Formats: sequence, structure tokens, C-alpha cells
Amino acid sequence: MSKERIKISPDLYDIMPSDYQDLVQSATYGKEDRGWKDIGTSKELIEQHSLCAGCPESMAFRYILASLPNPEDTVMVGSTGCTSLVFPMVAVHNIHSLFGNQNAIASGLKRALSVRFPDRVKDVVVLAGDGATVDIGLDMTLQAWFRQEKFTTICFDNELYANTGGQESGLMQKGFVAKMAPVGKLFDKVRLPEIARESGCHYVVNCTVSKPSLVEKVIRNSVLIAREIGPTYIQLYTPCILEIGKNSMEGLQEMRDSEKPTERFAYKEYVSEPAKQFLAELAAKDKERKAAAKQLAGKA
Amino acid sequence: MAEIKSHIGTQNKKGQTYTDAWKMMHEAPRNPSFYTGSEVIKEALRRASCDVMIAYPITPQSEAAALIGELFAEGYIGDYFRGESEFAVMSQCAGAAFGGARVFTTTAGPGTMRAMENFPMWAGARLPIQMIVTCRGINSPLSIQPDTIEISYLLNTGMLVWHAETAQDFFDWILKGFMVSEEPEVHLPLALCCDGFFVTHTKDVVNLTPADMCLPPYDPYRSPVPCMDMECPPVRMMRDPFIMKSNYISYATHASWQQEIWAAIERSRKHTIKWINGLIDTENTDAEVVIVASGTAVSQGREAIRLLEDEGVRCGLVKVKSLRPWPGEEIREATKNAKHIFVPEFNVTGWLAKEIKATIPNSERVHAGPHVCGGMTMPPEIIASEIKTALGLRSESLAGRGS
Repeated sequence: MSKERIKISPDLYDIMPSDYQDLVQSATYGKEDRGWKDIGTSKELIEQHSLCAGCPESMAFRYILASLPNPEDTVMVGSTGCTSLVFPMVAVHNIHSLFGNQNAIASGLKRALSVRFPDRVKDVVVLAGDGATVDIGLDMTLQAWFRQEKFTTICFDNELYANTGGQESGLMQKGFVAKMAPVGKLFDKVRLPEIARESGCHYVVNCTVSKPSLVEKVIRNSVLIAREIGPTYIQLYTPCILEIGKNSMEGLQEMRDSEKPTERFAYKEYVSEPAKQFLAELAAKDKERKAAAKQLAGKA
Repeated sequence: MAEIKSHIGTQNKKGQTYTDAWKMMHEAPRNPSFYTGSEVIKEALRRASCDVMIAYPITPQSEAAALIGELFAEGYIGDYFRGESEFAVMSQCAGAAFGGARVFTTTAGPGTMRAMENFPMWAGARLPIQMIVTCRGINSPLSIQPDTIEISYLLNTGMLVWHAETAQDFFDWILKGFMVSEEPEVHLPLALCCDGFFVTHTKDVVNLTPADMCLPPYDPYRSPVPCMDMECPPVRMMRDPFIMKSNYISYATHASWQQEIWAAIERSRKHTIKWINGLIDTENTDAEVVIVASGTAVSQGREAIRLLEDEGVRCGLVKVKSLRPWPGEEIREATKNAKHIFVPEFNVTGWLAKEIKATIPNSERVHAGPHVCGGMTMPPEIIASEIKTALGLRSESLAGRGS
């Protein structure tokens, strides 16, 4: 798809909602170097959202949608939870079907799109919470990786079941007292990033969304590697400020506190050898392109 | 958007000619072949222009699912893989159908039950996936034997549900099923059921359409809801997410959507009648005694009727082919002369008899049975015996049979 496809017939222009008019006029579909810096100067691919005020998940959503390298040909797959409150407002095709089956949906979807569009790039990106990814959907998360399905899995890790009111989840920290963990969680936070690496993911990152430029780089890499090489997994800390007793303004600080070198969301990255080679080639091409552009600008 | 054009008359990469489905099924020459039911499923799929098939082993559908893998290796299927469980497989099928593919899968018994959460989702999302259900026992202790109880769980999922009696039904209905399912005003999944082993593992003469003809490809842009491929505008689908809201709009959204699924099943009625030549078949329904059955119980009923004829008891037969849409009007008409209606079933609960009782006037005419379950066979003699007992005729003791 290109921006051409979303154009409005002149006869119908004035009756279209203003958010759609904005999308046609200033969204960044097809912009090669799109990224988080477009936020504020162009139409975002997320309209309003109904998450809690100050929810870090809303920041994560905005950065991710601004950073997708190919939104005009990207289909996203969600799951049940707070993310499913946002997806209806997202201007890329997205699927919600059941709770926990997101990587199975994405497997079928990616294969169908490959059969139907053998000569075109169609990216598939899964975005689901930690309950969907690690608890109820774990077998489908892992099996998609074992099969080397070529799509990105993003997990919004808020360390609990937020949407149902703050129950224990597999990614919750040990000892945390929550609903369904009345005496504190009795076992460790599941080490999914390590499991992802062992399960065949080619790019695994564990971080917070406190730095938009970092989120942009990680998302871009993960989508491009998944497209060319194999599965990628990104685990982003998006704390549920409501359930951990924070105020609306405290989400960012909570993330900053949790990404200190000894903390559980200190930046961790794994890149497989083929992915390293791919990223190096990508960087070389990028350098070449920039040099050519500079030369062209110099001549002008 | 991919160019919309007719593919009829052009060839696919295997050299098969995309053929008008009606002509292929009704006018093309047929070649009699001696195949198992599983092989017949493969032969139907060879001609189905199927984009994606996803497999998982469970008896008695494993052979068919593996044979379709061979078709994939030969290049007849766009993509094929083994999923990790039936729940995952049905979700993978959904993903492929959301992405605009013609999708096929097979399952059985406990697999159907494990995957159940997906089926109302398939219908709600208007995904015209075709699923073969080779029915078997679902109870504990473990049984792999034929038993049709799983069909009763499928009846309220919003899927179309057909029940094949023979391998010939299977061959024709797989291909015709795609045509009904994919009608824009229907666009619903189809559960095409048969009785495991009796149909899948026995050989029968089946008249096949030519192998160099295949169905026209599925066109996802005839779907009543957008296909998720970013080839049409990503409109904002709703003002508020409809889950978790207890307001009027949420209520209205769900009410209208749910009504729409059942309305789509109703709209499938005329297409189903056209393609499988009526929702029921009837024989001698002017008789006072009528057997109404589906699946292989029809075959056993037919044999029982022959036995009864030898003893001077005239008996009619109604073969129920489609369960959703439900042939209520047809069954009322076919049983209007009957004083006794017998419903033999391969399950313990008698779901077909219950459906019929809820449909016809004077439902005390319905004798629910005989029932066999858990893999028992249903000899025609027990149907004949049940009928004779109900009519007050002397019946030989079945216990003495064969002695």
C-alpha cells in the first residue's frame, strides 16, 4: 500500500472524519527515514487511546508506530489486554482474535501474505502483553520461534495482568504481592529473553521505553531482521502505574529506575551471527546512501 | 489491491485449468476411482486451489492431513506445515484466512474440543475456512473409535455444519463447500463432518472430476469485511474498543454482529440447496415409518429398511446433509405423514433427535434411537429391531444372532 491508496475522493472529502483527512495529508507511510522525531510534526498512526493517563504503554505504542520501517505494508497482531484497547485506533491493519494465540495467528498470516504477495515485502508484527506472550500463549510463542517464522514478537511487559486488575503473571518479580499471589509471588520472573535466544530468535532485546531513540532503533532492527533472517523478540518494560501504586507522572521515572545497570531492565541485547552480518551490511548501505546524498547536496 | 479478474480458462503452475466451479462439478466427465476416504480428501484438495493447509496428527484424520502434505510437496498447495496443537492450528488457519488465503484443515474428536475457542471467533471474523471433522470419541476412557458427539458442540458456533455419509459426498462437498462458504453474503467457516474410520479408512468407488481442472482461486476482496493485508485503507474501525464497555453502543455492536452471523447462515441456505442439491435427501416419505439420520447412520438405516421390507414393513428415509443451515422446513414436510420417526445415531446424547423434536409438530412421534457410542458398530438389525418393537411386531432376540 502507498499513500495513494488511502486518498479520499474529492466529492467525499468534507464528510470524512478529520483524523482520516489528517492521515491522508501528513502521515508518514512510505517515508524512508521515518522515526520517533516525526511525532509532533506529522500525523501519527495512532489516534487517541483509552489507556490510563500517563500509561507508559501509550508511549511505547506511539514510538513503535512511528518507528515501523514499512507501515504501509505491515499487519500487526494483538491479543487480549490493555493493548486491545488501543488497536482499534491504529492506522495499520491489525488482528485481534483470542487471548494468547497471537503468534499462531501471525504464523498463518505471514505465510498467507507470502503466498499471496511472493514478490513484495509484507511485514508482520506481534504486539501483546506478558500474560498473552509468556503465560497463556507460551507454547505458541515458542513454537513460532522454533519454526523460524519470519515476524517480530513484541511483549509489553508490565509484570502483571493489568487489564483484569493486577493479578500475578509469569513475568512478575518474585515476592511481589498481587491478586492471586496473596503471599507474594513464589517463583522468579520467567527469563523469556534467554529462552528466546535458545529458541532460535535472531535478535532479542530487553529494555524499557524511556528513550524513544533506542526504541526506534530496536524496533527497526527487529522488523528488518525478522523480514530477512528469522524471528525476533523485543521485551519492553511498560509498567502498570495503576497496579504498582504510582501516579500518572511517575511512569518515566519508574522505567529509568528499572533500567539501571543492576536492575532487571538494564539494556540487554542478543544478535545472532547472520543478523550481525545483516545489520553490518545495512549500516554500510546506509553510510553509502548518506555519503551520496551529501555529495549530491555539495554539487547543488 | 491485487487486480480483480477472471482466472477461468487460465492455468496454474501445475498446469491445471481454473474451471468454472459449477461446470467442473456438474458437467465435467467423472472418472471412477477406488480410494479410501483419506485419499479422497487428498484428491479433492488437489482440485481446490487451496492456499494454505495446516496439519496436526490425531486419529483418524492423520492420514488425510499427511497426504495433503504430499500434495504440497508436489506443488498443489501454497503453503503447508504442522502446527503444535489443534488450538494453535485453528488460530494459524485464522491468521492465514485473515491474510486473504483459502484455508483448509482437518481434525477429529479431542482435537475439535481442544480447538473449540477458535470456532466462534472464525465465524465472528467471517473467515471462510474449511475444516474436515472425522468424528471420533471424545470421552474418557480414551477412544479413537467413531462417535459423532463432537458435532453437537459445533452446532452453535456460527459455522456451517454438513455431515457427509460417503466418500463421494466428501469429494463433492469439499469442493462445493468452498463455493458456499466463500459467497460474499455467507462468508462463514464450514465444518464438513464425517464418521471417522467408516468413511476415512474404508475404500469405495468415487467418481472424481478430471485432475487437470481446479476451482477458481479465492478472491479475498469479495469478503464482507476487509482482508488484513494493508491493500485497502486501514480505517479506524470504531470510536471505542467494544470490549469492556457496558454502554449502549457496545450492546448494539455485539447484538447486530451476532445476529449477522446467524443471518449469514440463513443466507447460505439457498446456496447450499443449489450446490448439494437440497439440505436433505428423501426416499418413500409417504410411509408411516420414517428413519431420519445423518452420516453413516443413513447407510445403516438404508440397510435396515431393506431388512424391514423383507418382512413387509414399509419404511421411508430422510438423509440430513446439512445441519447448519438446519433443514427445519424440509424435515417437517418429509415427516408430515409419518406416525413413527426413528433417529439412529452414533452418539449417546441423541443430539439429532433433539434437533428434530424441536422442529416438527407432534414430537412424541420421534423415537430417539437406537444409539451406539464409543466405537460400537450399528448393525442394521438393531435399527430394524427397535422399529419392530415400537410397532408391536415380534422381533427376534438379537442376543441369539449368529449362534
